[in-house]
Amino acid sequence: MSQLSQRPADPVVGERHHHESAFGHVTGSALYTDDLVGRLTGVLHAYPVQSTTAHARLLSLDVEPAYAMPGVVRVITAADIPGVNDQGVKHDEPMLPTDEIMFFGQPLAWVLADDLDAAREGAAAVTAEVDELPSLVTVRDAIAAESYHGQPLHIDKGEVDAAFADAAHVFEGEFEFAGQEHFYLETQACLAHVDENGQIFVQSSTQHPTETQDIISHVLGIPAHEVTVQCLRMGGGFGGKEMQPHGYAALAALGATLTGRPVRLRLNRTLDITMTGKRHGFHSSWKIGFTDDGKILALDASLTADGGWSLDLSEPVLTRAMCHIDNAYWVPNIRVTGRIAKCNKTSQTAFRGFGGPQGMLVLEDILGRVAPQLGLSARELRRRNFYAQGQDTPYYQPVRHPERIEACWDQLIDESELEARELEIEAFNAGSDHIKRGLAITPVKFGISFNLTAFNQGGALVLVYKDGSVLVTHGGTEMGQGLHQKMLQVAATTLGVPLSTVRLAPTRTDKVPNTSATAASSGSDLNGGAVKNACDQILDRLRQVAAGILGAPAHEVDISRGIVSALSSPKTVTWEELINTAYFQRIQLSASGFYRTEGLHWNLSQMRGEPFKYFAYGAAVSEVEVNRFDGSYTLRRVDIVHDVGDSLSPLIDLGQIEGGFVQGAGWLTLEDLRWDESDRPSRGRLATQAASTYKIPSFSEAPEVFNVSLLDKAHEEGAVYGSKAVGEPPLMLAFSVREALREAVRAFGGPGRGVELASPATPEAVFWAIEDVRAEESRAAASVTEGQRVPS
Amino acid sequence: MSATTTDRSIAEVSVNGETREFDGPPHTNALDFLRGHGLTAAKEGCAEGECGACAIMIARPDAEGTTRWTSVNSCLLPAAALDGGEVVTAEGLVDGKTVHPVQEEMAVRGGSQCGYCTPGFVSSMAAEYYRPERAADAADADAAEAEHHCGPNGFDLHSLSGNLCRCTGYRPIRDAAFALGQPSADDALAARRELPAPAAVATDYQRADTATGRIGRYRRPATLAEAVEILSSEPDTTVVAGATDWGVEVNIKGARAENVLAVDRLDEMRGVRRSADHIELGAAHTLSELERELAGDIPLLGKLFPQFASRLIRNAATIGGNLGTGSPIGDTPPALLALDAELVLTSVRGDRSVALADYFTGYRQTVREADELITAVRIPLPLSPLTSFQKIAKRRFDDISSVAIGYAVDVRQGQIAKARIGLGGVAATPLRARATEAMLEGRPWSLETVHAATETLAAEGTPMDDHRASAKYRTAMLRSSLERFYAEQLGNTAVTSQEVQ
Repeated sequence: MSQLSQRPADPVVGERHHHESAFGHVTGSALYTDDLVGRLTGVLHAYPVQSTTAHARLLSLDVEPAYAMPGVVRVITAADIPGVNDQGVKHDEPMLPTDEIMFFGQPLAWVLADDLDAAREGAAAVTAEVDELPSLVTVRDAIAAESYHGQPLHIDKGEVDAAFADAAHVFEGEFEFAGQEHFYLETQACLAHVDENGQIFVQSSTQHPTETQDIISHVLGIPAHEVTVQCLRMGGGFGGKEMQPHGYAALAALGATLTGRPVRLRLNRTLDITMTGKRHGFHSSWKIGFTDDGKILALDASLTADGGWSLDLSEPVLTRAMCHIDNAYWVPNIRVTGRIAKCNKTSQTAFRGFGGPQGMLVLEDILGRVAPQLGLSARELRRRNFYAQGQDTPYYQPVRHPERIEACWDQLIDESELEARELEIEAFNAGSDHIKRGLAITPVKFGISFNLTAFNQGGALVLVYKDGSVLVTHGGTEMGQGLHQKMLQVAATTLGVPLSTVRLAPTRTDKVPNTSATAASSGSDLNGGAVKNACDQILDRLRQVAAGILGAPAHEVDISRGIVSALSSPKTVTWEELINTAYFQRIQLSASGFYRTEGLHWNLSQMRGEPFKYFAYGAAVSEVEVNRFDGSYTLRRVDIVHDVGDSLSPLIDLGQIEGGFVQGAGWLTLEDLRWDESDRPSRGRLATQAASTYKIPSFSEAPEVFNVSLLDKAHEEGAVYGSKAVGEPPLMLAFSVREALREAVRAFGGPGRGVELASPATPEAVFWAIEDVRAEESRAAASVTEGQRVPS
Repeated sequence: MSATTTDRSIAEVSVNGETREFDGPPHTNALDFLRGHGLTAAKEGCAEGECGACAIMIARPDAEGTTRWTSVNSCLLPAAALDGGEVVTAEGLVDGKTVHPVQEEMAVRGGSQCGYCTPGFVSSMAAEYYRPERAADAADADAAEAEHHCGPNGFDLHSLSGNLCRCTGYRPIRDAAFALGQPSADDALAARRELPAPAAVATDYQRADTATGRIGRYRRPATLAEAVEILSSEPDTTVVAGATDWGVEVNIKGARAENVLAVDRLDEMRGVRRSADHIELGAAHTLSELERELAGDIPLLGKLFPQFASRLIRNAATIGGNLGTGSPIGDTPPALLALDAELVLTSVRGDRSVALADYFTGYRQTVREADELITAVRIPLPLSPLTSFQKIAKRRFDDISSVAIGYAVDVRQGQIAKARIGLGGVAATPLRARATEAMLEGRPWSLETVHAATETLAAEGTPMDDHRASAKYRTAMLRSSLERFYAEQLGNTAVTSQEVQ
């Protein structure tokens, strides 16, 4: 065990605790950014003027009519920006457009008013003179027009062409699948004011306070030390608050400096859905070769991410997609070309899994489709291709602990009684004509670390006060994932104090600087390493003090649950006594901690290196029941075995696994982004722009039976207290739902038939898949297939 | 109800036991009113009654002069409608330093992650916790489980169908719900149920709209006579009942009415009245109240109610309101058309009765005159025994239909004596599948008949493509519907696919 991963005796990590704010959540006393508005006086409310065209030349804006509205105080346009007009880091994302409108719904100007109604009325009064330009709305449009961001990326390993020549079976196909709206329950929100010291202080619902600070700083043209960003907590983030909050925070900060009044900017749901980026939809064309016994020999695939109007995080998303196309399978010869389509839509961005799910979906879809043609069950085909010891990924990283894939798989088959249920389902289906059941098992292997090595650093500030109470601040943000709870447990474990001794302060850029986004599932690894480091520094000093009190050598000093002892000393003292003594001995009782993940390297141009510290593994079995009359289905049972290392906080991890799974199932089955692809004036408008039209899973989509186990013997050497990241990997366990649907659809036809399924597999998509299978079965295929819809 | 209308420009609401005054613009919703008073537990997630993050409990009248704690979406409810009312929010469930059992279970079982939806869940859950019938459902858990999605403690999961959570995947919330016991003997909110709910005070709330400066008016008269008098003299009045549709117009589309007439608390329009030849449903009765009071007496409606939006919506939405909007995708019309329902329209000129089949005239157009109110819905007796409500939607709970189909069929000696089929979502108005009905009536109730009528039903209506479904899918749903109905009636195993082909 490494020093980082080794736990002391009786650690607080590993204990089952509820979320640190749980009682605040249930009573309503936990505050969110927009709950703070009433604490300030004279607050102005912001509302955008949105574009009503997908692509156009912006000739002029007439803002005067807005000032005629009672209550309107200020209209902000691009001309008001004193610094750099860019809300991103790629210099392709103007915060407010000066000449070109890039998507339907893009904010052209913002109106600040005494109340929200007045701001909205004012915004409605602003007129824009534009020259319409041709627009690209779908990824297919963009591919046809060769409209791309940046250059293609390539993975090329082994002898792909030669392998195809040797392959016993070769299949080719295309697959286009939809993106996903984050639908965090709390929409984007920020509240900016100029504080008593002349500093810009911005409360922001952001996963990346440092970058929010950076963007505010460059938009206002002032140094970072004049800007402080605080994130109390978020009502969900899921990647949607990694880059998206910056422009709004900068706008609010700009408004506060222009007017001298606090500015509140909170997007309502429709503004949020129509203006902010989403999970990328992808288009893929692929060719795959297998040996006679179903081993993958070669894969040649193109992945085109639907990037939207600006680059945003599309490059790293695409990189991760390409690095995850293998999922848990050894592909000895592989060629992948990745591109980012540029089109007139919102700028697609980070979303839990960050491209990984999209890359993996391509291969999982292939395996589900071709298994019958290989004469194998999908389960057997998957298993035959698992990574084994000594094999490496398409980007040449050795796969460490590949045996854990099989361990998850076997444990899951056992726990879920899979084989008995397969027989039950077969019997059920034989006796049921309108309702069929399907069951599928799929694996997950997900690389942990930011692909970009520099981001793999974390910071923390730990303060021990004279009374022994401890205050921890770290660079990570809390969006519901329980990071703060884990950090409390890490601090209590390292210092050897009861959990109640430690308190967490909100994330602020003036406490811990230069932080990375709380993203890539890395929050606990990076900030946990930093918190532990800060605590270790304090602890090292305290051991000397304790040694003096106890009359024992420092290395013998043990501090556990607030009791300080040493093996060779009969004395014990309390933590509070120790701290009091240390203070009078003039020992520093605070430390700033730092952590960087060791051993990473990555060459983007060659798509080669060891970008990941380790892989998280898991597997899931889902069982569905499908009704042929309308394609509707229910999720009858889900079983999961997932590898979280040695869990820091099991209840928190369980929540991440279950929640990630259901969110993934939503992406794959229910959530349906529909952009207007017609040539009407509404071209490019998102038709599903509200909760009434964009449906996320509700209670009715939750599995009726939901069993989750954590993988046994899962210690991870490379992470804090032997744990593993858990935020993103479980989302991809939901592939099992999609594959179970495929199996149920297949049951409406004869054996050995491949089934194509659109994504999302909405009831309508499932209905048409069943119709296809039934039509083929009755050899009356005429005209039914034209109903197959492949959403963009 | 008080006898006279009092002019007032301040509404008084009891919130968590403390009187709060509302004096904002009349279109202000209850959510913004509460948040403006620093009660920020209830949150805006969607502003259209879909997510439940804004849920609160209000005291509504229940049987025999008691009170039912009723969860509603505060984002849709006009703040002025709370005049004289009692509200409990998540903050108010805390008793001193003791959290409510619902809060305790949600917290310790991991029912919250980001926490933003949690106060809304807590409110919906608390209302279900206090549902008077829950103890009986717990005692008869097997029956309740079959009827609803009840846990062993009688907790009906449908009570949470209008609350969305993006973090947890719902399992810990379900476990929290099913872990709840019954209220203790000293529970003040439980005791409150035994006393009458606050009467709906007559309200005439007038206040300037801050953006336009124009005066807006929210009126809740004490009697039906006053209401129709207002409608007669001021025909541009906006009639609002449960506000589950109007609230969306206000929040999402920025609709502002200068003159709102609230009719949802008029005694004359409430209740269920039974006679020998019909059952009359008060138009201002909420769907939840109808569900409870009908208790399955109209089986087709019994099948509809659990599929109608969510409990949070059904607790506010009225049956009259669902017809008053004239929407082609409202969920009650297909069922009510199949039931041969009639509407009672009331004005200063008196009552008239209109068959629902003749009521819709075009997209959101009806025969209702501007001065008329829908006061009741009459379901003629006897009821046809074979019924079905088929709702086709992306999501099972809380979704808008792509297609909805109601069936009421009477079979005598193997012959179809009467067939009524109501359709929604396939034309600009809800409609009856008259050609199909005509084809079925007089024929034997058999698979052969079903097949003979399949294409006729598929050709009824003029479905469109939209973001909910393709026209082709909607047509396919019509095509498969009769066979599905037949299969449902016989049990799924009775029809084999060989026979179907």
